[in-house]
Amino acid sequence: MLAYIGKRILQFIPVFIGITLILFFFRAVIPGDPIKLLAGEKAMPDAIYEQIVKANHLDEPLYVQYGYYMNDLLHGDLGTSYQRKTPVIDIFAEKFPYTARLALCAILIEILIGISAGIVSAVKRYSFVDALVTVSTSILISVPVFWLGMLLQMFFGVFLKDATGGAFSLPISGAGGPISSYPTWMHYILPAVALASVSLAYTARVMRSQLLEVLNADYIRTARAKGLSRGAVIVKHALKNAMIPVITFIGIDFGVMMSSAILTETIFNWPGVGYEIFRAIGQRDWPIVMGGVILVVILIMLINLIIDVSYALFDPRIRYGKKAGDE
Amino acid sequence: MAPNKQNRTLWGDAWRRLRKNKLAVCGFCWIAFMVLVALSADLWAPQLLGSPTFVDTTMTATMSKMPPSLQHPFGTDSLGRDELVRVIYGARVSLSVGVLAMSISLIIGLVLGTTAAYFGGVWDSIIMRATDIFMAFPYILFAIALLAALGPSFVNMFIAIGIIGWTAIARVIRSIILQVKESDYVSAARALGASDFRIIMRHVLPNSLAPVIVYATMSIGTAIISEAALSFLGLGIQPPTPSWGLMIAEAQQYLVVAPWLVLCPGLAILLTVLSFTLLGDGLRDAMDVKVTD
Repeated sequence: MLAYIGKRILQFIPVFIGITLILFFFRAVIPGDPIKLLAGEKAMPDAIYEQIVKANHLDEPLYVQYGYYMNDLLHGDLGTSYQRKTPVIDIFAEKFPYTARLALCAILIEILIGISAGIVSAVKRYSFVDALVTVSTSILISVPVFWLGMLLQMFFGVFLKDATGGAFSLPISGAGGPISSYPTWMHYILPAVALASVSLAYTARVMRSQLLEVLNADYIRTARAKGLSRGAVIVKHALKNAMIPVITFIGIDFGVMMSSAILTETIFNWPGVGYEIFRAIGQRDWPIVMGGVILVVILIMLINLIIDVSYALFDPRIRYGKKAGDE
Repeated sequence: MAPNKQNRTLWGDAWRRLRKNKLAVCGFCWIAFMVLVALSADLWAPQLLGSPTFVDTTMTATMSKMPPSLQHPFGTDSLGRDELVRVIYGARVSLSVGVLAMSISLIIGLVLGTTAAYFGGVWDSIIMRATDIFMAFPYILFAIALLAALGPSFVNMFIAIGIIGWTAIARVIRSIILQVKESDYVSAARALGASDFRIIMRHVLPNSLAPVIVYATMSIGTAIISEAALSFLGLGIQPPTPSWGLMIAEAQQYLVVAPWLVLCPGLAILLTVLSFTLLGDGLRDAMDVKVTD
């Protein structure tokens, strides 16, 4: 097992280097001088401009800059934002909890609704419920998230408020705070639902197809033949085996939500990681863009590793680090 | 099995099964309708509903944000332009970005996937490591950075979306070809002295076609959503060209006073993408393809 974990971590290295190279490629080809953007409308005195450029090694050739960046990175230093003048690590230390909490809420919705919808539609195959799940997951996959977010805002924030005479509504933006009139947890509801929508549909689909496949297996027929009830077979035998791809999907999805919730974060005015990187691209604030993407990629790789390792712990059939013929 | 039916081929069977799938047929009809409307729009839409881009400044004040009526079935936008005609012209942008982006992903994915699977070894390692790296990079941030590099325009939009989509297609094609490669007819062709190129073009690709068609259909829908999202963020199609995502972005501030301006383009995206999803699902079932999401 340790050998397997070591091997996986070694495999991180080429991916990691590839990501930094792509980031530097973008930095080289995206037009716009980040230091000139600092001054805004006013022209910056040449002397100060030179000084900032020198301090950030921006006058050096690109491969030298890459060397400096990688050297800092290996020492755990992600650099300092041009615009905010604060260390990148501090900026993301503030942003990550917001995104992580939102993503966890969304994952919770995804697990509760997605998995149960998938199970019901597989168990009651060809029934009305199955058709309903199939159609509604197709619709959810096809809805643009930002549009769904606006519909939620319109219904729960405006329509419901008017209909109940202001008695009930949900907050439509922001992550709460002292000036908000709602309890903080309420701020999570609408963005979490919007963020969960598409993944929920995929989870239900993966769950359904996996469970259908497992239900056709011989050991299910054996379990039924020896007199176990249908419910017991599904819970004890089928679900256990059908869950692995579903868990993989949800794990990957958590990683995606950490970086790519930009649309949800934009609509709901959420101070998260994705939105911060998006804004930094607009301002050519490269330390934030590179630091953010690198942090997110490391996080995704770690989640994938943890999931794969946990399979081996829970499922005795999975043995990593051995070839098929070893057993 | 109907014994009286003749010419039963793989494609004939698939077609027959597809026609029985009501949802897929609905999807196909909606796509056909949209394509027809989008292609013929110049002939009738501006004459009936007015220009999709031109703003008549003298009329803006009185015509702005009118609710849906007989004269303007989808109402008018904040600058007094008819919303229906803008949705119709938006279909042109969405459908063409969808198809062109899919074609680019398909070409890159086909070439790299085939190379990796057929030649194997070092090629396979290099290409697969490249897909690992591209897949590890957050999808939407990659698109945003690519558009920041290329500049926002229609052409750059489908190039950017197309470039991002290649990894998934390359992997699908690679796994199919790895299976086809081991089949007896490929060994037979090689034994008869056929060249690599001939084997790929004549034997491997035609037998890998079904999953590729399914995947391509679904990826048009994905590309349309990506286009809408990027335009919504202001990185894609620029005004005054009507694009569904951009129209939603412009209407966001009038969400309460003119909800139809958000609803109409959104429904257009939903129905079109849904049609490609349903058609893709139908094709997958009809051609008995296993596509893992």
